[in-house]
Amino acid sequence: MQHDQSYTGQDFKVVGSRPKRPDGIDKVTGRARYGADMSAPGQLVALMLRSPHAHARIVKIDTSKAEKLAGVKAVLTAADLPDLTNGNAGDYATLENCMARDRALYDGHAVAAVAAIDKSTAKKALKLIKVTYEKLDHVTDVDEALKQGAPQIQPACDGNLGGRYEFGHGDCEAGLKEADVVIEKSFKTGQTHQGYIEPHACLATVGPDGSGELWVTTQGHFTYRNVCATLLGMDIAKLKVTSSEIGGGFGGKTHVWIEPVALALARKANRPVKMVMSREEVFKASGPTCASSMDVKIGAKKDGTITSAFIECRYSDGAFPGIWGMLGGMTAWACYDLKNCQSVGVDVLVNRPKVAAYRAPSAPMMAFGVESTLDMLAKELDMDPVQLRLKNVAREGTQSSYGPVYGPIGIEPTLEAVRDHPHMKAKLGPNQGRGMACGFWFNIGGQTCSDLNIGVDGTVNLTVGTIDVGGARASLSLIAAEELGISYDDVKTTIGDTNSLGHNDTTEGSRGTFSSGMATIFAAREAIEVMKSRAAQMWDIPIEAVSWENGHAVATGAEHGNLPPLSLKEIAAESPTTGGPIAGHHEVTADGSGVSFASHIVDVEVDPETGRTQVLRYTVVQDAGKAIHPDYVEGQFQGGAAQGIGWALNEEYIYGEDGCLQNPGFLDYRIPVCSDLPFIDTKILEIPNPNHPYGIRGVGETSIVPPLAAIGNAVSNAAGVRMDQVPMSPPRILKALEQA
Amino acid sequence: MAGVHVSTTVNGDPVEYVCPADESLLDVLRDRLGLTGAKEGCGTGDCGACSITLDGQLVCSCLVLGAEAEGKKITTVEGMADGENLHPLQRQFIDNAALQCGICTPGFLVAGKALLDRNPDPSVEEIRYALAGNLCRCTGYDKIVRAVQAAAKDLQKQKK
Amino acid sequence: MQVGLSGPLRAAANGEASIHIEAETIRELLNRLLERYPAMKQHMEIGIAVSIDGAIYRDNWTTKIPEGADVYLLPRIAGG
Repeated sequence: MQHDQSYTGQDFKVVGSRPKRPDGIDKVTGRARYGADMSAPGQLVALMLRSPHAHARIVKIDTSKAEKLAGVKAVLTAADLPDLTNGNAGDYATLENCMARDRALYDGHAVAAVAAIDKSTAKKALKLIKVTYEKLDHVTDVDEALKQGAPQIQPACDGNLGGRYEFGHGDCEAGLKEADVVIEKSFKTGQTHQGYIEPHACLATVGPDGSGELWVTTQGHFTYRNVCATLLGMDIAKLKVTSSEIGGGFGGKTHVWIEPVALALARKANRPVKMVMSREEVFKASGPTCASSMDVKIGAKKDGTITSAFIECRYSDGAFPGIWGMLGGMTAWACYDLKNCQSVGVDVLVNRPKVAAYRAPSAPMMAFGVESTLDMLAKELDMDPVQLRLKNVAREGTQSSYGPVYGPIGIEPTLEAVRDHPHMKAKLGPNQGRGMACGFWFNIGGQTCSDLNIGVDGTVNLTVGTIDVGGARASLSLIAAEELGISYDDVKTTIGDTNSLGHNDTTEGSRGTFSSGMATIFAAREAIEVMKSRAAQMWDIPIEAVSWENGHAVATGAEHGNLPPLSLKEIAAESPTTGGPIAGHHEVTADGSGVSFASHIVDVEVDPETGRTQVLRYTVVQDAGKAIHPDYVEGQFQGGAAQGIGWALNEEYIYGEDGCLQNPGFLDYRIPVCSDLPFIDTKILEIPNPNHPYGIRGVGETSIVPPLAAIGNAVSNAAGVRMDQVPMSPPRILKALEQA
Repeated sequence: MAGVHVSTTVNGDPVEYVCPADESLLDVLRDRLGLTGAKEGCGTGDCGACSITLDGQLVCSCLVLGAEAEGKKITTVEGMADGENLHPLQRQFIDNAALQCGICTPGFLVAGKALLDRNPDPSVEEIRYALAGNLCRCTGYDKIVRAVQAAAKDLQKQKK
Repeated sequence: MQVGLSGPLRAAANGEASIHIEAETIRELLNRLLERYPAMKQHMEIGIAVSIDGAIYRDNWTTKIPEGADVYLLPRIAGG
């Protein structure tokens, strides 16, 4: 059934309230089950052997001794994983990343795996596997990798160039001629990891009949099912994937890493196999985001009008080409209304792990370059940084830098909210500085399928196929309650396994509440149609004379107007004798997602002796479209800001001369701890998305886009020197102070 | 490797197990005793997701050997609620939306309770430093600190 | 109608930034595009999204394109 997805503009009764989340009790009592919390009778423990070299040819793998060790039930190498990808380059890259074939492409690349009766036996077996490597020259730096003569990582690519993507309009060269001031600057950002606290983990079973089950921590169990089935030659319908509670993902659990290997081991051993990554493996061999290097050039008139805006950003994709340069290129200038703009995103191969999405992937780097350079321009023009941005801000009707003309958008309101915020007027002390910056992210929709079943007591089971990463079950329960006109407590939302629903795309691109919200609204409307027909039966009147108001069937028209309304509970109670269970179902490709903008303000203090930066105050202003459950919208704003603060000040992959990762642990890869941060103030703006019944845009990602630049601007203001590299670690700040 | 026989107390109950001498208490709790509330986020004592108390002392159970628990009293997140009554800290974590994915929550609750047991009226700074050994990647800690503040108030009221 | 092409797609359309195509749905638009510019095939395999009056349609090719709409083709977006 087709439904109108236009924004209704309705007054909400429960949407926008802050009820307790349905999974709260399980999560505060230790009952909630995550990836590593499930076990099966007779299960084996699997471990992976990984390359100690950044780049090497695999000459030979001798597994004979490991296979003979008592307690070892299966040993696996690439020879056990034939290429079934049928020429699909993306699938082949996934296969090669899960298990190296003829070459190890980064420190930590999987080369073999074992399944044994316990962990200590599996560890012993790994030591008995003899791999003969022939070391190859390696390159881990994004700019070095593009130089002539750099070691080539993928034979099919042009050097190490994975792709080059240009966006924009107008003529930047002509724009420079109109400019009174031109600012040119280069920037770099370090490689960071999503840093989810739960390592990848799964429990796999495959029988000799080709049927399998996978319990796994993932952002997309349907995607995992399809990819694993493809790589292993299984039928999609015969692989049931159940998503565990997920201990954080932020994009890092959108792709398979160990899962196909665990399934293959389970198939070979004909026993359940549990595989859990260590933290070191997570850092070395899951999918961090890119390091980057970029050049920015902005020209402007004396009044602040930008006449030319150019950026080229080179992204290190790891050992496999991705779409990260393309995504970054599309986001660079999206906040502004520009006559002449160009952005170039370049994907570069290096001997580092295969990059995965990390919250608004590729946007924070471009924003660091763009928003830092805008502050330099404001200083040169002696203009307030917020005013400069407002002078050039994109609005409804602006042609975006990535092409389309904008509908209603929220960047100007976020900037006005920042301008008028008390934070902007607060006094600063010595060595303190304030910075602000803007950010953009698209949000996406995608394939979605939801089921809504009404019990005889009138309580409702909502089953959705999008993973709940940050409180979505509470939001979706609110949406179902709103649409049906019942209480939040009468709705129980569950994430269905892959056998219980049609395909659902991965929870990525801030799509969970947008798309499952849409499918839930329409499933509820279909259930309402059923209830109207049941009420018509109960009253013995035509269905045309029944309408639905506030959770009740109401008889309309002069001849039926005296019938008292029937509540959802009353209709549900009669369902066994009026046609059986009452259900609504909806499948949709949820399109029309609304773009999202944010502006952040931050105060920092820089210690000139040590170079250490303390964040003193932080404010996030972001357009949510509609905040369904404001607690969890604020949570997304705060969490994204905190990750951005870590990226800006501490976090960075450090590679040695040998091409090996030197800090694969939380001690040396330091994410922000509680004592590093202040309270993070939030302000939710609601500029409805015209293409969603409730105006939802999606809120998960944009909040990580502005912090790098906002903090860069604040540190530069506090220290009196422009910082052009993140993380702005104490040694980098001290060096910048010395050179100033 | 020969197993070590251990008699200990977990959440008030007498417990016996046999474990290899090199097995961590975290693995014992999770894999031998079925108490999966404590999580392994790092295995090196950096993230605090496996926090428990051992004779009242807050520890990372990944850094304690199973054999070391002999004769000691262990409490885990599973022992925090009194029957169906949640501990005020558990209740306030839910009421303040102080968890998103929830993987770090058991560790924060155990560490938060250890703080409130010794300091019933902590300042924001004291809360932040007491919880600095527990990593959370979802929340930015804002709502966690507020939940601990609210639980401290609840506990003070209970005592009066 | 005029259909705008984002940077990476232009190379496949002989460098044109904007092309004229008559189509009532996204599917029709993409089919016509492929007939005229066979090099678009590689972009379609990676994925193309269609912006209609500022709203981005990534997947649903049955979507009708209203008359006089602002239409723009861009690479398919992913997220984290």
